[in-house]
Amino acid sequence: MATISMVVNGRQMSGEAEGRTLLSSFLRDALGLTGTHVGCDTGQCGACVVHVNGDAVKSCNMLAMEADGAEVATIEGQAAPDGTLNAIQAAFQEYHGLQCGFCTPGMVMSAAALLKEIPKPSEAEIRKYLSGNLCRCTGYHNIVRAIMAASGQDVAVAAE
Amino acid sequence: MPMDGGIGASTKRREDVRFLTGAGNYTDDINVNGQAYVAFLRSDVAHGKIKSVDTSDAAGMPGVIRIFTGADFEGIGGLPCGWQVTDRHGEPMQEPAHPVLAQGKVRHVGDPIAAVVAETLEQAKDAAEAIEVDLEELPAVVDMKAALVDGAVKVHDDLTSNLCYDWGFVEENRDAVDQAIKSAAHVTTLELRNQRLVANPMEPRVAIGDFNRATGESTLYTTSQNPHVIRLLMGAFVLGIPEHKLRVVAPDVGGGFGSKIFHYAEEAFCTFAAKAINRPVKWTASRSEAFLSDAQGRDHVTKIELALDADNNFTAIRTETYANMGAYLSTFAPSVPTWLHGTLMAGNYKTPVIYVNVKAVFTNTVPVDAYRGAGRPEATFQLERVIDKAARELGVDPIALRRQNFVTEFPYATPVAVEYDTGDYNGTMDALERMIDRDGFAARRAASEAKGKLRGLGINCYIEACGIAPSQLVGQLGARAGLYESATVRVNATGGIVVMTGSHSHGQGHETTFPQVIAEMIGIDASMVEIEHGDTQNTPMGMGTYGSRSIAVGGSAMVRAAEKIIAKAKKIAAHLMEAAEADVELKDGQFSVAGTDKSVAWGDVCLAAYVPHNYPLEEIEPGLEETAFYDPSNFTYPAGAYSCEVEVDPETGKVEICSFAAADDFGNIINPMIVDGQVHGGIGQGIGQALLENCVYDDQGQLLSASFMDYAMPRADDVPFYEVDHSSRTPCTHNPLGVKGCGEAGAIGSPPSVVNAVIDALQSGGHDVDHIDMPVSPSRVWAAMNNA
Ligand code: FES
Ligand code: FES
Repeated sequence: MATISMVVNGRQMSGEAEGRTLLSSFLRDALGLTGTHVGCDTGQCGACVVHVNGDAVKSCNMLAMEADGAEVATIEGQAAPDGTLNAIQAAFQEYHGLQCGFCTPGMVMSAAALLKEIPKPSEAEIRKYLSGNLCRCTGYHNIVRAIMAASGQDVAVAAE
Repeated sequence: MPMDGGIGASTKRREDVRFLTGAGNYTDDINVNGQAYVAFLRSDVAHGKIKSVDTSDAAGMPGVIRIFTGADFEGIGGLPCGWQVTDRHGEPMQEPAHPVLAQGKVRHVGDPIAAVVAETLEQAKDAAEAIEVDLEELPAVVDMKAALVDGAVKVHDDLTSNLCYDWGFVEENRDAVDQAIKSAAHVTTLELRNQRLVANPMEPRVAIGDFNRATGESTLYTTSQNPHVIRLLMGAFVLGIPEHKLRVVAPDVGGGFGSKIFHYAEEAFCTFAAKAINRPVKWTASRSEAFLSDAQGRDHVTKIELALDADNNFTAIRTETYANMGAYLSTFAPSVPTWLHGTLMAGNYKTPVIYVNVKAVFTNTVPVDAYRGAGRPEATFQLERVIDKAARELGVDPIALRRQNFVTEFPYATPVAVEYDTGDYNGTMDALERMIDRDGFAARRAASEAKGKLRGLGINCYIEACGIAPSQLVGQLGARAGLYESATVRVNATGGIVVMTGSHSHGQGHETTFPQVIAEMIGIDASMVEIEHGDTQNTPMGMGTYGSRSIAVGGSAMVRAAEKIIAKAKKIAAHLMEAAEADVELKDGQFSVAGTDKSVAWGDVCLAAYVPHNYPLEEIEPGLEETAFYDPSNFTYPAGAYSCEVEVDPETGKVEICSFAAADDFGNIINPMIVDGQVHGGIGQGIGQALLENCVYDDQGQLLSASFMDYAMPRADDVPFYEVDHSSRTPCTHNPLGVKGCGEAGAIGSPPSVVNAVIDALQSGGHDVDHIDMPVSPSRVWAAMNNA
């Protein structure tokens, strides 16, 4: 066991981890940040996406130790301190981009990384970028619309 | 214009805020003080005799608290099956024992042999690896038809064969159907497979058992769609815990799609072990474990024959289906290929006689049970594929052939035991045709051809029986449970309301839609209504959520309870206004007396109920809380018409979906935004089945598609935007809201149109291909084009 420290959502936090402890488990179990979800054990679902030093990473694909000293952003830090949802979160609610909510933290974190890279992505760019994030509930329709809306684009598709 | 926040409004979901901020409370987010962790040792062979299990080395490893094997469960009940099917000869199905941990034999890869409880999960896993199992591997049966051959290896030695049942429906129609087929002007035959699927909700299953020695109470936190059903099954049949000593909590659940209906071994294990070691015990499935332990779906092999007369009227349908049960009977497995499948074989059409034969077969594979649609997608797929094939053989338009045979008068008693109360199949087909610009298809096809692609348009209809189910009817059909639903409406002294429902939301949005109904009934703001669900301790006995039943059955129970509330509140209001009860009206949250200016607000009546100073105590009790149980008198019958347009690359066989449109009739709709979302999700899964997903075992029973690397889930770039339309509405005639349910439609209605479109595309390129089994993968399409 070793003590690992990181700045999570702007706050200095630390906890104990084994060498094999994944960042996803560390966030959930050692730091109690259960908003980050684990949906697979092969790095394929994206439910666990967080940002480490500004980059979107699958936290199940990274050891906690590798993030020692890093700046980490998780879903818990996305809304304003008074609870106001950020633009992506608000668009997910407005456009019904979530149902069971399990993929949602990873989707929102991936979407945030996408919009940093491409401020106004096309539908095809959104779909391609999200290909590492599985959602079993929404058929992706409203997730794509939510991201278009969050980036200030017209989401008028025939199916309203 | 719907009332703001009332019925028909696309109210934004209140549950979203917690899910969007990481504040959801899923089962794996729960940690009970002092909890220990479980790792299961699972069989890595499909069939074998357990000669010995040596836990001595493992037991001494760091952190190990206790190791359990099948021996610990001797004398304890096995996992029960909730549905008894009677076969063609009037005999009950063969029903094998299903132990919590394997006893004597393992019967599928993933069958649990032992369980280690340790201080940490890593310690439990390490110790599980150190358990020595002496296993004599036996030949496995994987293929259903091979499993039924005389002398085949038996999955269960104590059964007479691998045949669970041979079911005929309607047995009395058998000869009439044979006759009609013999004398038909045309018969179209199709053999197909509805492949095995894995539901794969994104949240893997979790169970936490907890035991309180002081009170003797057990608590199970579990990822379930129906906590009361788990409490009943596990308490009464497995562990012998009376319901007042057993609490089952299913908090936020990350999707279910059927796979979280069933009572699983891990739930019973954690509840049992917590008591045995007097510590809370937690198990979280990895995805790999989910592939080996969640009940899987579909897996039917079918031959269907459709007979038509010289005017192209359908005259008979005959089907023969082999349905894979896997190694054991999961909770509702026997009902899926029978009552949820055979009763839908009439589809949207008036076919005078139908005969459905289903042979359910045990194999050395993971158990199969309901997955979104459950039996109805299998029925729809066969029927809508064979109709398409018939249209091609007869050279008639596939939409015209369907319209010609539609049921148009209601109620309509099908020859397969159900009565459609209402519907308008031409209405949904009209709505579909308005969306799809069929006239422009020739030009679109030409444009595709100019790019070297083949373009196809596929159409299909569907009908489903939802709002499951009339208890007396399903009781006659073999259900060992009632299928009513319950609600308690608790009005607080200051007028706020809590509805406790036996329904369960795992993505459907009950917390938003149920208050919309109450808000409409009373005329108050929906924010005054809160929904409680998922905890047997504070909700009335209910049967949970599946079969698109929440609003149709659970919503109806809530309406009945709210009607009782309103009736009592009117009495109180009459007293307060010194008026006759019959003259009291409730509108916009105000009680008033017709023809006077007397009125009293909802909140004042509620307060009077709890502060009964000026109150007719001799006539009515104080308080304002009512419970209702609602048992539907019939199923509901959502129906619709779907279409898909594809482009096929003849070089590679790759299919691309260009557009997808769905026109559904769900009767009345509470929240159109949520209904659209349910349809989108169902279509996504249906496209997944049609093009991508395939759960495959090799002939030794090894699961080849055991992770998201090998089991192709639909991703965002595999699907298009969907066009959906719900303008065609024939309200259900027998429930108070006139609702039919919408959860499964998309998954039921979408696969046939995708495959129909692919066949249409290939035919347009001169390929004489009349069927490709799902998933219609590039290699299958390419092979079909090149061998044909
Ligand atoms: S949990 Fe990290 S990709 Fe699935
Ligand atoms: S909302 Fe349930 S998995 Fe995406």
